[in-house]
Amino acid sequence: MIELNVNGVVHHVDAPSDMPLLWALRDLLGLHGTKFGCGIGACGACTVHVDGDATRACVTAIGDAQGRHIVTIEGLHGDHGDHPLQHAWKQVNVPQCGYCQPGQIMQAAALLAQTPKPTDQQIDDAMMGNICRCGTYQRIKTAIKMAAGEQA
Amino acid sequence: MIANLSRRGLLGAAAASGLVLGFRAAGYHPITGAKAAPASALLAPNVYVEIEPTGRVTVVVPRSEMGTGIKTSLAQALADELDAEWGGIVVVQAQGDARYGDQNTDGSRSVRQFLLPLRRAGASARHMLVAAAAERWKVAAADCHTEPGFVVGPTAGQRLGYGALVEAAARQPVPPAEALTLKPSSAWRYIGKPLPVVDLDDIVHGKAVYGIDVVLPGMKYASIERPPVYGGTLKSYDAKAALAVPGVERVVEIPAAPLPAGFAPLGGLAVIANSTWAAQQARQKLTIAWNDGPNGSFDSATYYKALATTAGQPGRALRNGGNVDAALAGAAKRIAADYFVPHLAHAMMEPEAAVARIVDGQCEVWTATQNPQQARQTVAQAIGFDQAHVTINITLLGGGFGRKSKPDYVAEAAFLAHAVGAPVKVTWTREDDIRHEYFHAACAQHMEAGFDADGKAVAWLHRSVFPSIRSTFSPDVTYGAEGEMDQGVVDMPYDIANVRCENGPAAAHVRIGWYRSVYNIPHGFAVGSFVDEMAVAAGKDPVEFIIALLGEPRIVDLHAMGVNYGNYGASLADYPIDTARHRAVVQLAAERSGWGAKLPPRTGMGIAVHRSFLTYVAAVARVGVGSDGTVAVQRIDLAVDCGQVVNPDRVTAQFEGAAIMGLGNTLFSSLSFKEGQVQETNFGDYAVARMDSTPETHVHIVPSEAPPAGVGEPGVPPASAAICNAIYAATGRRIRSLPVDPRQLTTS
Ligand code: FES
Ligand code: FES
Repeated sequence: MIELNVNGVVHHVDAPSDMPLLWALRDLLGLHGTKFGCGIGACGACTVHVDGDATRACVTAIGDAQGRHIVTIEGLHGDHGDHPLQHAWKQVNVPQCGYCQPGQIMQAAALLAQTPKPTDQQIDDAMMGNICRCGTYQRIKTAIKMAAGEQA
Repeated sequence: MIANLSRRGLLGAAAASGLVLGFRAAGYHPITGAKAAPASALLAPNVYVEIEPTGRVTVVVPRSEMGTGIKTSLAQALADELDAEWGGIVVVQAQGDARYGDQNTDGSRSVRQFLLPLRRAGASARHMLVAAAAERWKVAAADCHTEPGFVVGPTAGQRLGYGALVEAAARQPVPPAEALTLKPSSAWRYIGKPLPVVDLDDIVHGKAVYGIDVVLPGMKYASIERPPVYGGTLKSYDAKAALAVPGVERVVEIPAAPLPAGFAPLGGLAVIANSTWAAQQARQKLTIAWNDGPNGSFDSATYYKALATTAGQPGRALRNGGNVDAALAGAAKRIAADYFVPHLAHAMMEPEAAVARIVDGQCEVWTATQNPQQARQTVAQAIGFDQAHVTINITLLGGGFGRKSKPDYVAEAAFLAHAVGAPVKVTWTREDDIRHEYFHAACAQHMEAGFDADGKAVAWLHRSVFPSIRSTFSPDVTYGAEGEMDQGVVDMPYDIANVRCENGPAAAHVRIGWYRSVYNIPHGFAVGSFVDEMAVAAGKDPVEFIIALLGEPRIVDLHAMGVNYGNYGASLADYPIDTARHRAVVQLAAERSGWGAKLPPRTGMGIAVHRSFLTYVAAVARVGVGSDGTVAVQRIDLAVDCGQVVNPDRVTAQFEGAAIMGLGNTLFSSLSFKEGQVQETNFGDYAVARMDSTPETHVHIVPSEAPPAGVGEPGVPPASAAICNAIYAATGRRIRSLPVDPRQLTTS
């Protein structure tokens, strides 16, 4: 049994310790907001927070996630309801198909937690691991800046 | 066409047994929803709208939502004519059923095909509600009007909510289409407005449900090893080690489709397990020997060269006006160039996935598909069922770009559910997705132009060679289809006296499929680049040159020229090729992009214009090229004339996205093959555009009352040429083969 603390709830999962967190979240815990896009850490669709750091769940074994604080898109929120990024995302109408967006938002949330007022370059550096094939990068950038302003 | 269906007619025919877990369409499921509706009162004048006594309005959207905003846009159209309260509307995705009409969400035509039917659907319901209210008040219907959600009569206090009228309205005859008055555009409340998409809140909270997210009770997870070469078959295998992986239940052989495979599964060996991970792990432990079949020696280096060689030889002419050979021979100046675009992959972020369940001879599927009716047919074939016993539920699509209109993966899930006797989810890995693509066709092109002594262009020769999409469906196809040459070759709009457009033969060694804007990708690249080369040869500014080359505003009557032009399935009367609209977008893009500004060294601007899917787009790119040859696209302006616009924000978003996809096609993406197998594997080696390559993007929509045209695809074709023309302006080096090779652009 592996103990996973996800969004503040402790789960015991009966799975090999090398199972990626992504598949444990999706198939064992029924949390489908974390998406599969590549399985090799190259697209960011599976981004979650592990102890506050943006982490690719597809290349993180549950054995290594044990005892740490995991937050998924389902557990992201602000002080009152939506996280400022979720709010900004809706203001700017960022999503197209939406599939990459949970990963984008989790990546951006970790960025703002560490760098509340990121420069364009910092946004590029933080977000370039997250692919959006629909091409919403322009609005993602706008929304991150909007949320950064909001947090001030 | 619009019939008064029985109360449960809207969705009843498709209502199979109904426990659905993990499936949520804005809190409403069509099956349970239809069952829950009280049988005595429901206004459902057609398959697209239903009003309950509570006043709740359900709009059924026949097309698939893959990110274009179509689900919202079509609902906007219906809600507007119904005069409904936008906030009170439930938008439901239709199941795959011929009663909805053509559901193939492909070809950038959903608004074109459905704007009017959905407006009429809303208007007929409104008509019946008004008639019911007039009857009750004993007044003329003409003296009543509607406000969102209410019918209002001529006397003070006469005001009834739609819900209260549903029962009486359902007894009214459905008005014939001629009897309907549609709102003038000035009265539109929702059409033309930038409404947020209906799934927005679900998406940002990770609650939106895609095909890959569907879970059924007792469901098994499958991962499939398919023949690595197109047309290959399973020779022998040893599954002992795979079966020893904990959680693995069995392996199942899937028969290979004979060549050409069409929509059928490619065959292979499936591992069935209790989690995706177990299935994927076990699959790697399979020992398999394959017969590679006739494509086992396919090598793209050789193939790509052969395409170029063919493009150098005369082909079949599909447009032939004047005498090109004579005009070229007599030209004061001639130029020629060869262009190339490789095979590409769609690589939408949600890989192929489907869930199927078979109970009591009924097969029910949940999947992200662009083409549910085809999925229904392909599934029925794969399991030997009659289509009547197959139900296709459509989830949101995590991108489609044409890949998800081919339902091979859906049929795999049904086949396995049938074989295993339990619900099965098939999830492709990214490696599966790239390896077993319906590839975008590689394309080699040869172009020539001649100028007279006054510098006027007098001859145009365009030859395009590519494997045809038809090769995926019919044996022995070598030449392209007319519809493929329609995409940016024969519809060349320039005013040149002698024009010949040819197509040369090319066999296919992989499945070829349509990918966002399809053959317009290579053709837009070659034509847009070559016009720029002509401008350079003529010593003219590209914008001025394009405007001059388009000539006086006119309708290009291809039929009169003897060209059998398909015009994307639309009539040329409604959607002519109108060079005034080409000119207008060129001028708008130039003006808004700051064309002609003085730029720093190794910075340049390029322009291209292209009509596709009935929409006119001019793109201006500004690039900076580093001394190491790295290209940074700093800014892209797209001027768009797509006729009437339903949701301007979603239209803008589609063009922003097209700029990104066009940029990725231009700078990064490429596939190669050895011994019949694709060499790229995943996003590590199949490069696409990312945040750090994203330009400032400006979309300028031309206000228009013209009939609505395509939006999803037409932004892609002019992007490559605009970028490469900008590279030329920055460096003096001409890119004729994609993706751009930075080694050609270094300062050393
Ligand atoms: S799925 Fe984890 S990075 Fe792509
Ligand atoms: S919104 Fe579709 S992949 Fe990002």
